[in-house]
Amino acid sequence: MLKKRSHLTLSLIAILLSFVVASVVMLISGISPLSFFLSLIRTMTGMNLRAIGKEGFFNARYLGEFIQMAMPIILTGLSVGFAFRTGLFNIGAEGQVIMGSVGAVAVGILFKLPFYIHLPLAIFVAALCGALWGWIPGYFKAKFGVHEVVVTIMMNYTALYLGNFIIKALPGSDNQKTVKLAATSLLHSKFLRQLTGNSRLHWGFIVVIIALFVYHFIIEKTTFGYELRAVGFNKDAAEYGGIKVSSRIAYSMAIAGAFAGLAGAMLTLGTFDYGRVIGTFENYGFDGIAVALLGGNTAFGIFFGGLLFGGLKSSQTLMQASGIPLEIAIIVSALIILFVAMKNGIDLVFEWMDARKRSKDESH
Amino acid sequence: MNLISSIVTLSLIYATPIIITALGGLYSERSGIVNIALEGIMVIGAFVAATFTPLNEAALGGWTPWIAILLGALAGGLYSLIHAFVSIDLQANQVISGTALNMLAIGISVYFCQIFFNQQRTQTFSRGFVKTNVPLFSKIPIIGDLFFKRMYYTFYLALLLVIVTAFILRKTRFGLRLRASGEHPSAVDSLGVSVRKMRYTGVLISGLLAGLSGGIMVLTQATQFTAGSIHGVGFISLAALIFGRWNAWGVLGAGVFFGFSQIFAIFSKDIPILAKVPAEIFHALPYILTIIAILLFSRRSAGPKAAGELYDVSKR
Repeated sequence: MLKKRSHLTLSLIAILLSFVVASVVMLISGISPLSFFLSLIRTMTGMNLRAIGKEGFFNARYLGEFIQMAMPIILTGLSVGFAFRTGLFNIGAEGQVIMGSVGAVAVGILFKLPFYIHLPLAIFVAALCGALWGWIPGYFKAKFGVHEVVVTIMMNYTALYLGNFIIKALPGSDNQKTVKLAATSLLHSKFLRQLTGNSRLHWGFIVVIIALFVYHFIIEKTTFGYELRAVGFNKDAAEYGGIKVSSRIAYSMAIAGAFAGLAGAMLTLGTFDYGRVIGTFENYGFDGIAVALLGGNTAFGIFFGGLLFGGLKSSQTLMQASGIPLEIAIIVSALIILFVAMKNGIDLVFEWMDARKRSKDESH
Repeated sequence: MNLISSIVTLSLIYATPIIITALGGLYSERSGIVNIALEGIMVIGAFVAATFTPLNEAALGGWTPWIAILLGALAGGLYSLIHAFVSIDLQANQVISGTALNMLAIGISVYFCQIFFNQQRTQTFSRGFVKTNVPLFSKIPIIGDLFFKRMYYTFYLALLLVIVTAFILRKTRFGLRLRASGEHPSAVDSLGVSVRKMRYTGVLISGLLAGLSGGIMVLTQATQFTAGSIHGVGFISLAALIFGRWNAWGVLGAGVFFGFSQIFAIFSKDIPILAKVPAEIFHALPYILTIIAILLFSRRSAGPKAAGELYDVSKR
């Protein structure tokens, strides 16, 4: 008898396995895995387990930094997850984040408006730029049947260079960054900063919560979302059932891009207050792939997956301070993707163990 | 003339890793396995070659870079076996596996830089490959100046690999079987040839070549390995493979063209009309052209039909 293992079980096994493999890598290279886990726990809870009962046991700053780091990753997770639901692979979240950032920066610098218009406008334009960057490969797929994976990879690099070009071209920019954005366009919060020991926590979490609900609502509760999922399950059946598959593909990629664009807004309007020229990708989009896979493309799963990856990314500063090469966090992230992709293998191991158990039971 | 000959020479130097990696991609995709991990495999090859070189160049002298790229190729081959195992035996999504391996490569290589060298890059080497004037050939007027002066021998290696690959894929039994595995796996299987073995071989060759190419790239274009050493050349190679329409000679042409567009950004400063165009446009050019090429070719697909599809013997 074949038991269907739940996605949650598989995800937890994937996380566990990647921590085990990463620990082996650390042990081989003479680094203590314990310090790694303590850094991760300290980042995600604010608690320093090495100083229980002592001064400095709890530091809210780590908590604030951790949450602000998780925000864009949850959003890119939603982006990749949304496309997955329609059977599309959005490797392009990376580029959509960049275009979203650039859009938000442009609005923040070029306009002078009261904050209740300026901030929403900046966020909206970020989502719009991301949506455009997602729509293009979606449209190409729908219209010409070209595979979205290759096009989105190429569009990531196009975004990297185009984004840097626009950032440098904005008035007052030097070769590294733009001038500061107008305060009316920022998500910054003095209150949240003071609450969390001067971390970079900002109002963006409200955007993230709304995005999570919107994602859940569109996918699960609307006819449109039903059609998207139908396309993801079986394109031909959906077409036969009267769904316009090609337009759904383009819309799905556009909405996915909008989520990633919002992630860009979190970075430029929240984490920073200026636009940056970036030399290479910052992996927010690739982390989104991991988060969507881990979370089984549900809003709930993506939320928790995003927290884990936010924790990993945010704990890098602490790791560096305690002598652990911060790249171990990248290794863990990559291994999680690899092990989730290996779910057939994990299933096989389980079946084999079940079969062994059964044959043992029978022989008794 | 001087400007033109240095543009041609540099284009070919920058084209070398693109051509070799794209040839690797050719073997893998022809066998039916999409390999977007090429970038990551190049990173591994570059890291291994750039770690070996500074530690051994004093003892081994002029042979060091050659041994280094050989080790890079071996490391790339080993690394690609993960992709083969995960996507062939465990039937995972090949794009997801490739994405994971690209990330893992950066993580692993920079991690071990920190362990070995206490910094996020390898120790600098005093010299990688050395530019040479090819004896006899460099004396030929014009052609000698363009193709045989101040060149790395690795370019001729790339050329050789193109010829060998074109021959293998077109004229040998192995090549026919490899291509058939990517076009019509059940036909291969019905002849008693293992599709699994063909695909493993395809991926392994792609790993060896991408690893070799990563090593060549770092030893001809840099003085040490960093996280940015490969900066997307693996993906440009993927683009060259598509642009070259999954054909060895096409890959050569596309590779030279993309090599040219990479160095164009440097030279455009010296050409008055182009000096005003921002360098970013030239950097983005290979990617934009690839998207256009994909659109133009979309009507008559040139890629292997079964690339990216699982082959399940039980469903035959």
